[in-house]
Amino acid sequence: MDEMDEIVQEFLVESAENLDQLDRDLLALENDPGSREILSSAFRTIHTIKGTSGFLAFERLEKVTHTGESLLSRLRDGRQTMTTPIADALLLMVDTVRALLTSIEETGAEGEVPIEPVMDQIRGLMVDATSPAPAAAAEPTPEPTPESVPAPVAEPVAEAAPEPTPTPAAAKAAVRPKAEPKPHAVPVRTKRPRKSTAAAPAAEAGPAPVEAPLVAPVAVAAPAVETPAAPSVAAAAPVTDPSLGQKRTAAESSLRVDVDVLDTLMRLAGELVLTRNQLMRGVIELADPALSRTAQRLNVITTDLQESIMKTRMQPIDHLWSKLPRVVRDLGSQCGRQVRLTMTGQDTEIDRALLETIKDPLTHLVRNAIDHGIEAPEVRRAAGKPAEGTLNLRAYHNSGQVVIEVADDGAGIEIDKLTAKAVERGLRSSAEVAGMSEADVLQLVFAPGFSTAKEVTKVSGRGVGMDVVKTNIEAIGGTIELDSTPGKGTVCRLRVPLTLAIVPALTIECGDDRYAVPQVSLLELVALDEARATSAIEQVAGAPVYRLRGSLLPLIDLAEVLGIRSAADSAHRGNQVIAVLQAGARRFGLLVDRVVNTEEIVVKALSPRLKTIGVYSGATILGDGKVALILDVQNLARRALRADASDRLDEAFAATSAHVDSTAERLLIAGVGAGRRVAIPMSMVTRLEMIAVGRIESVGTREVVQYRGQIIPLMRLARYLGTYADEERPELPVAVYSRAGHSVAIVMDEIIDIVEQHEPIRSDINDHGFVGSVVVKDQIVGLLDVESTILAADPDFFTAHAAAVAEVGVESFEYDPPGSADQPAGDPYSADGRLLPAGAR
Amino acid sequence: MSKQYATFWLADALYGIEVERVREVLRQQDITHVPLAPTTVAGLINLRGQVVTTIDLRERLDLRHDDGDEQPMLVVVLVAGESIALLVDRIGGVVDVDDEQFEPPPDTLIGPARDLVRGAYKLEGQLLLGLDVDIAVAA
Repeated sequence: MDEMDEIVQEFLVESAENLDQLDRDLLALENDPGSREILSSAFRTIHTIKGTSGFLAFERLEKVTHTGESLLSRLRDGRQTMTTPIADALLLMVDTVRALLTSIEETGAEGEVPIEPVMDQIRGLMVDATSPAPAAAAEPTPEPTPESVPAPVAEPVAEAAPEPTPTPAAAKAAVRPKAEPKPHAVPVRTKRPRKSTAAAPAAEAGPAPVEAPLVAPVAVAAPAVETPAAPSVAAAAPVTDPSLGQKRTAAESSLRVDVDVLDTLMRLAGELVLTRNQLMRGVIELADPALSRTAQRLNVITTDLQESIMKTRMQPIDHLWSKLPRVVRDLGSQCGRQVRLTMTGQDTEIDRALLETIKDPLTHLVRNAIDHGIEAPEVRRAAGKPAEGTLNLRAYHNSGQVVIEVADDGAGIEIDKLTAKAVERGLRSSAEVAGMSEADVLQLVFAPGFSTAKEVTKVSGRGVGMDVVKTNIEAIGGTIELDSTPGKGTVCRLRVPLTLAIVPALTIECGDDRYAVPQVSLLELVALDEARATSAIEQVAGAPVYRLRGSLLPLIDLAEVLGIRSAADSAHRGNQVIAVLQAGARRFGLLVDRVVNTEEIVVKALSPRLKTIGVYSGATILGDGKVALILDVQNLARRALRADASDRLDEAFAATSAHVDSTAERLLIAGVGAGRRVAIPMSMVTRLEMIAVGRIESVGTREVVQYRGQIIPLMRLARYLGTYADEERPELPVAVYSRAGHSVAIVMDEIIDIVEQHEPIRSDINDHGFVGSVVVKDQIVGLLDVESTILAADPDFFTAHAAAVAEVGVESFEYDPPGSADQPAGDPYSADGRLLPAGAR
Repeated sequence: MSKQYATFWLADALYGIEVERVREVLRQQDITHVPLAPTTVAGLINLRGQVVTTIDLRERLDLRHDDGDEQPMLVVVLVAGESIALLVDRIGGVVDVDDEQFEPPPDTLIGPARDLVRGAYKLEGQLLLGLDVDIAVAA
């Protein structure tokens, strides 16, 4: 009995695949009703299922498939043409067969799945077809046995009988101009190729079934198998085989493996990776060359093994997409749209688990595109577009991610409509909306409770939609973008990681614990040393921010979020690092104590009770065997940036930073001896450094210093301004000004402060070396004319650089004359403090 | 009917868990603290490559953490398919108990222990408190 179960099991799996193929074939037939190739494939598929169900004594299944087969055989033999009702009926049959198979899988029996309606429908279509046929055809057609149809139930085995019948009919059918369908036929594609020989192969095969019914399918299929490019494997290999004890030929190169086995393998590979990491540490300490070599090999093998196992989990995205033609067809007819579905990149591979996760979001996007995107045929025609809309799916790999695009050539998203809706729904005020950029407006689509469908249809428009899609995609570390041109169409772009099982991550330390941050959300790192940590972190009404290249980055103190210590304590923690993270459209800085390293981590599921905390997405085991929590960047952002307001908050920040940039200039207040102070625009300063006096050397009369592999001239401000330094210090603070690879170090006596200057520059004093003066904390400070100061140190600086720039064509540092600082040159610190180049993306 | 209980000590009281629920007993490992988690969650441990949540039973039973010289042990139990480690003071042994020895908790038992302790088995010179594992790890 076990053996029997196995056969049933195999039948179920195979049939499921076959039915998918049948679905595709039927849809393809609608577009190309005459294709013999597809017809044969469809026929074979259904015949195989019928044959096996007969063998396994699934009577109802056999009846249904038999009816379907009869209709298909008529189509194949050209006695009838594919029409929409026929396609509907056949698809319904496929669904019924699926229902039966499900029932068999669940209960072991066919159950109560109703089969009569679909059988009646199919028979009706066949009966209709036969009566008008003689009338339509000019010649009397001796069509002798199509009526075998109502009777088939009785003798399933002999059922191959319809096969031979075409023999006489085939010749006639070929002569007949068109097999006209029934009178009430809906728009029929009458493009019926007159292939006089078309029926011949079937005719040849005709005699065979009579003597050996079960083997018959093979014989019938054979002539066709030679031609089609890639007939479904299973279709060509009837399941009668097990009984005959034969090997399945086409299956030799592939193997069905239980997913659990793969998951176990994957887990073991993950553990192997961890063990290897631990071993490698130990080996490095031992410094034994022979052992190191062995460990190195183990290292390579482990990596290869891990990759190979990862591959077994990868599946082409086609597994998901192959279901979509049916969805598109059904939706199209429900919504009254004509849609052509095109796909590129079906073989793009993605982790099986992820495939499962993106299934619903993707289906939703496709629904959306048909329901909201593509217009009704009349509307399209009126707009000068073809009545048939195009839905294009595209998938490709891009920098460690899979990009999936759903593009339609529909109406696009009208910004005005969208904003009106947002206001109506109370998501945004009209004032807010007025100031939003187009890209921001498009983001509104993802707001919870948003739906632009004019009315709620069966398909979409219930307001649960894009926000859920977005949440789901973000939950797996993906992103979603929307691009829309009114009148031209909409493109929705999903970016999802290739796999979730092993991810590159940054390990950071906060308090006494280490945490992992997925590299995919990491943009860059900014190191803050103890001295700067306090001054560089500023407050906007109590909310900490950091100036990152001129714009304010909201900061989240990890220690504070996790309740390890308060922000006040953190302020005195000394060195800190800002990890600049991207969560959806938001950017924020995560303040941590230390960056440990980057490594590939194996993601382990977290107990649900800990997952609900909402800050951790999982856990991992680090190289030293300790468990580390993986931070959930999306949720962290949501939690700390206040869910609903966060988008607006971002805008507010953008506005604030714009405000700061346009009117305020940061000034470096430097002492130049004898109590005198000068102000230097920070936009002119590339970097602040301390230079040991001992490093200063002389070239001719000039003082120079070696700095980052360059020899740069030194300019002592005090001397230039005619004052004397208060005392000789062992280290001199310098402001380095660089342009096009050339630098000048401006030596100050001391750095007093960095201030923000909102007041306009008063330029009534025009002393040597100054462009004006400013009031800083009630004190008048001269604003240094950096340009002329530099010229004093290096008269050729600007001309030389103009030439250098022209030659190289690259300018590393924008020269901004003070006063016209509409584009601030950026924070000097971040350029230096950045540890990593912009993140994985 | 007789049952087997795996026993352990917590603040001078003897507790027991049905022996078939216990997967293994471990000496304390490096526990990774989980900020923001309920205080009853002691943290996470690495159990041969698996991340296992550890419950602090003392915290769960509202017992004070005063005897710092105890070398805590971990009892790994299986709850709804998930391995969970319980932090205990000291491991006892496996004890055979009879239903006749059982008595439900006295009415005077209040506090969190009321839900966790199913009752007591009257052993010789010692009471064995039967712990409801499912409730103990539920917090």
